[in-house]
Amino acid sequence: MLSRELRRAAESALLPLGALTVSLALFGVFVTLAGANALDVYYQMYRGSFATSFSLQNTLLRAAPLMLTALCTAIPASLGLVVIGGEGALVLGALAAVIAAHALSTANPWVVLTAMALAGAAAGGAWIGLAGALRTFRGVNETISTLLLNYIAIGLFKHFVEGPMRDPASLNKPSTRPIGEANALGPVPGTDVHWGFVYGLVACFVAFVLMRRTVFGFAAQMVGGNVRAALLSGLPVHRLVLIACALAGATAGLAGMAEVAAVHGTANASLIVGYGYTGVLVAFLARFHPLAIVPVSILVGGIGASGGLLQRTAHLPDATVNVLEGILFIVILASETLRGRILGPDALESEPKPTAELKPASAPTPEVSPAPSGETKRAVG
Amino acid sequence: MNALDQATGGLWALPLALLGGALRVSPPYLFVSLGECLTEKSGRINLGQEGTLILGAMIGYGASFVTGSPWAGVLAAGIVGLVLGTVHAVLCALPRVNDIAVGIALMLFGIGLAFFIGKPLIQPTAPRLPSLSLGAWSESAAVRSALQVNILFLLGIATAFAMRFLFERTRWGLVLRVVGESSDAARAMGYDVPRVRLIATALGGCLASMGGSLLSLYYPGSWNEGLSSGQGLMAVALVIFARWDPVRCLWASLLFGGAGALGPALQSVGINAAYNLIATAPYVLTLVIMLATSSASRTLVGQPAEITVGR
Repeated sequence: MLSRELRRAAESALLPLGALTVSLALFGVFVTLAGANALDVYYQMYRGSFATSFSLQNTLLRAAPLMLTALCTAIPASLGLVVIGGEGALVLGALAAVIAAHALSTANPWVVLTAMALAGAAAGGAWIGLAGALRTFRGVNETISTLLLNYIAIGLFKHFVEGPMRDPASLNKPSTRPIGEANALGPVPGTDVHWGFVYGLVACFVAFVLMRRTVFGFAAQMVGGNVRAALLSGLPVHRLVLIACALAGATAGLAGMAEVAAVHGTANASLIVGYGYTGVLVAFLARFHPLAIVPVSILVGGIGASGGLLQRTAHLPDATVNVLEGILFIVILASETLRGRILGPDALESEPKPTAELKPASAPTPEVSPAPSGETKRAVG
Repeated sequence: MNALDQATGGLWALPLALLGGALRVSPPYLFVSLGECLTEKSGRINLGQEGTLILGAMIGYGASFVTGSPWAGVLAAGIVGLVLGTVHAVLCALPRVNDIAVGIALMLFGIGLAFFIGKPLIQPTAPRLPSLSLGAWSESAAVRSALQVNILFLLGIATAFAMRFLFERTRWGLVLRVVGESSDAARAMGYDVPRVRLIATALGGCLASMGGSLLSLYYPGSWNEGLSSGQGLMAVALVIFARWDPVRCLWASLLFGGAGALGPALQSVGINAAYNLIATAPYVLTLVIMLATSSASRTLVGQPAEITVGR
């Protein structure tokens, strides 16, 4: 018999790998039905994502914002909240970063970049923090509210980019004035990867320490595990929810800032390419573990990066990679049902089950008074 | 605008444009919210309705293009929705699989699949659904164009009343409500909970998908990748607003449709300022409604106890 910890670790590695294999097989069937050669598609995907230094660079370029937007879902998930507002926080973070850059355009680039990062994080943090406040003070479901906030954020973004902040020189594609070459976020020395990737790595590590190694993280996990117990032990549930949501939004806002400063140099519709939603996928695949987000982001970034090559060589639409992502997401969720059954039954016992606890009912209820019996049942079942 | 319109228009131009817009924009809301209402009555939430809606829009358009009959398109969309709803129900019936997460996954999958298959359909024009001219009595072109009502919308209105009857007056509706209120009680009474949920979720997907076909076959009336503006997701909020009552879903759909029609209506009378901000009206409205109706301390009136999204 393996020890319990070892079994659990083995299972945590085997389940996603098995799910990945099953997904690739299903995807192979799918592209075969679509008239392509499955083996050729796999090969082209490998070429387009990891085989050459050019494709690897493209992969890492996409992984950079995904790490940050995935944290936007993963951090609140510790408290049992399902936040899918990364897209909105990202575009507003980008907008705020551009405003900061314009306000300080003559200052030292280091000052400008710092101000951009702070402004981006603050805007994103305020946006998702708003969803957290609605949740904890008014009981508004955070999944729905963050989704709605995505649409509202994109509307705001378009309003400013196409209206008051539009650069008259941008004719076909409305954009703001550029932030300036001097203020661009450059590549990490010795590589072709920009500093936004490092932001992602650092953010994932900090989130890991914060959520898994500090009192704050422990308190957050307790809220996610059993909100009533958390309240009875005197934890400030309101404040924990607000802080977690604000931190989550700040990471996605930072992703927007990095995209502006390192990739686009301005704010325009090119920022709205679904990094926020793909980040939700990454967070679920990583089972909300901040360190697992790094490799999963690179994997999903690679899937996205291979889309262009698939289109050119295998003549498949660019949405092919979205189909694979969808299949992967579904299979990963379905694979959860096997947890604790592969390597022996008791691996499940002390397993933190994020997806099982994610029902919004088990999320913070700021009521300290004893709940009616019906409510108790719901929080459990 | 001709002289007659100018005489009758002016003051009435905006409300007429708004009414006409609401009648065009509401039908997809109605279908997808009825589908979600049915699903939620059984105690499940299907966030994948957005994917179902978009895939339905694409399949409906494709089938209409291939067969030359828009009704075949609606039918094909309905079948696809049935399949996606079944997939959702089957996955959620597995132990330790969360319905919200599966919904998000199916949403991404449905959208990806629709964009994948739908690429060649962006150019061609498929036959569209006919509409009834309820404004034929009027001499004003503005009134006539405002009162174009889709036949499927009338069917949707009938479905709303039929669903209320089903829930409140039939044995099947009672079983559905028991399953939605307490799966333990339903099990104790000997009902097959997963099967009831399977049927409700599959039929819910069918309705949502038909709503999607209204997007591509009626208004806006073409297939492209920006066709849906989140109706499938807003349906969840709409059902909360409607307190899980199909007939109130109808009124809520008209309200949301009106909010969605606000931007185009203002544009039609020459007001273009802040178009992107006005376009967010349905989302702001949804958020305000949720804020006003939710409570931190109690469950919503009428909410099936097995679902949890209202709070």
